[in-house]
Amino acid sequence: MSEKIFHGVPASGGIAIGPAYLYHSQGLTVSRRKLKPEEVEPELKRFQEALAKTRAQIKGLEEKAKEKLGEEHASIFSAHQVLLEDPLFTEDVARIVSSDHINAEFVLHEALEKFKTVMASLNDEYFRERGGDIRDVGNRVLRNLMGKGDKEELKKLDKEIILVANDLIPSDMVNLPTETIKAFCTDVGGKTSHVAIVSRSMGLPAVVGMQKATMDIHDGDLLIVDGNKGLVLVNPRPHIIEQYRHLKEEYVAFQKSLEAFKNLPAVTPDGRRVTLAANIETPLELDEMARHGAEGIGLYRTEFLYMNREENPSEEEQFQAYKELAVKTGDHPAIIRTLDLGGDKFLSHLNDSEEKNPFLGLRAIRLCLKRPDIFKIQLRAILRAAAYGPIKIMFPMISSLSEVLESKVLLQECAEELKHEGQVFRSGIEVGVMIEIPSAAIIADILIQEVDFFSIGTNDLIQYSMAADRGNESVAYLYDPLNPAILRLIHMTVEAAHKAGKWVGMCGEVAGDPQFIPLLLGIGLDELSASVSVISEIKKIIRMMPYEKAKEIALAATRVKTSDEVFEIIRDNVPAELKAILF
Amino acid sequence: MKITEKLLVINKLGLHLRAAAELVKVANKFKSQTTIHHGIQNVNAKSLMGLMTLAAAKGTELEFECDGPDAKEAIAALKQLFEHRFGEKE
Repeated sequence: MSEKIFHGVPASGGIAIGPAYLYHSQGLTVSRRKLKPEEVEPELKRFQEALAKTRAQIKGLEEKAKEKLGEEHASIFSAHQVLLEDPLFTEDVARIVSSDHINAEFVLHEALEKFKTVMASLNDEYFRERGGDIRDVGNRVLRNLMGKGDKEELKKLDKEIILVANDLIPSDMVNLPTETIKAFCTDVGGKTSHVAIVSRSMGLPAVVGMQKATMDIHDGDLLIVDGNKGLVLVNPRPHIIEQYRHLKEEYVAFQKSLEAFKNLPAVTPDGRRVTLAANIETPLELDEMARHGAEGIGLYRTEFLYMNREENPSEEEQFQAYKELAVKTGDHPAIIRTLDLGGDKFLSHLNDSEEKNPFLGLRAIRLCLKRPDIFKIQLRAILRAAAYGPIKIMFPMISSLSEVLESKVLLQECAEELKHEGQVFRSGIEVGVMIEIPSAAIIADILIQEVDFFSIGTNDLIQYSMAADRGNESVAYLYDPLNPAILRLIHMTVEAAHKAGKWVGMCGEVAGDPQFIPLLLGIGLDELSASVSVISEIKKIIRMMPYEKAKEIALAATRVKTSDEVFEIIRDNVPAELKAILF
Repeated sequence: MKITEKLLVINKLGLHLRAAAELVKVANKFKSQTTIHHGIQNVNAKSLMGLMTLAAAKGTELEFECDGPDAKEAIAALKQLFEHRFGEKE
């Protein structure tokens, strides 16, 4: 029992201590058995039955996934069906069983292991990752052969465990017994992978992207999973365990203290009320939202509907997704951002020419206005869904007035079409634009005449203002939210909106960074929208930060020359009890 | 009859899972056995798992060897599939 530490991606916060439970390997110890000649026929029949059962299961999973996770998550299972018809399953195993008189599970297991080695050695990440699909299908056949059922044994777990797996794909997550799982560790994945999102919604710690955890962790190893730092400790020494018990208690206490804020409004001690909303990337996160006390959705991204697929989503499919949003957010507003693809989120079937400079190219509203046929499908779906709840619409990447006007014309056209068709929809939907290009901030006073609200997208606003790609390490230092140039653009935007009697929010990452909250409050933002997991913490900060003091900070920040000075102003002017938390 | 022909992967995503599944479907329409040679690898064109191990990205040249009564038709169909980028736009 040697002590080991693995580093991975911190995908869901929290600390868990408990025994490891290896998901795929469990119960799949395959032994070799020589068959008597008369056993061969029954063995072949048994194998065929296992294949038939697997076919039926995959079909069932496909339908279940369609229903629970959506069409795009389900398409993976149709590929699994083709995999299952591979000659390896349909010919090779039967042939070797007949010729060598060896049991089918051993033959299949050997063949799968060979594939696993080959796939793992591939240089291309895409193809390497497909090894997981092959294992998923292969192990399913093995389980059926061995009478293990459809991963049933997991449901029957009677003790608490930490689930360790190479990957947890949608089919796994559909059936998990959540009562006995304390944390997740996976070899693959990132912050937005399926397991990350689901574990956050279940409030369980998760570390993903651990490279080879499943090879080095064994069933029953004692694990500490630190989902805040992305660490997994295997068989740690007793004093380390003791330390982590403490940390865990502190963390739980901290979370508990945040829970107290869940149902309280985001209001400063001196009465300034702001709206604290959530940024939502996939519908799976909708259930997390209420748990963290978000007041609606400040940014509902719609890209998930368009990604990883060959054809565009239909109006009906989009309508259903937006309607679910309207229903789940209840009386709180939900701001749907229209398609923001191009640039980093490259959509192969919409964008037909390769661009030298995709971030300065045909993306977001530009792409939509060039393809009104595609854009109008989304606008119609949004208008129809808005009949079910207070949905607002927001256009991304606006750089000029004409884009706002053109978008509004299209929206109006859609409304008239729907009216003509006798469809149920909401007329007079609130329309806003993202302020994320410097030109838009500079003409904010002009744009606000045409819209109901602004939402500042800091990630792009900073990148475009500083002309620096923060993904590029050599220039990432320029990506600095406190740079006076950025602060001026934010001030201009807020002032323009308030002068026109309208509200302005912020939905970039800056709005989710606790240290910036006092400054943002002082600048006068009416709404902050951040990822679900930080909402309680931000609410706590708002409730500790007097608005008058925040305004002083914002004013002082306009009078200095560097971001270091701005940082010092925030640090030295927040109340002492807040300083202890933030700095 | 045995026919050999070199085909070039020209679609953007390469011989990814869906494209490879299309290839399997086409190969399965013919009686002939089709083997793909790539470097030291030889895989059965009717095996999706085999195709995955090729990890053939855009620009990869694969040598197809069809052996059987309808080898000529099989090669023609495969050639067309590659030229049409497996039905993908780019």
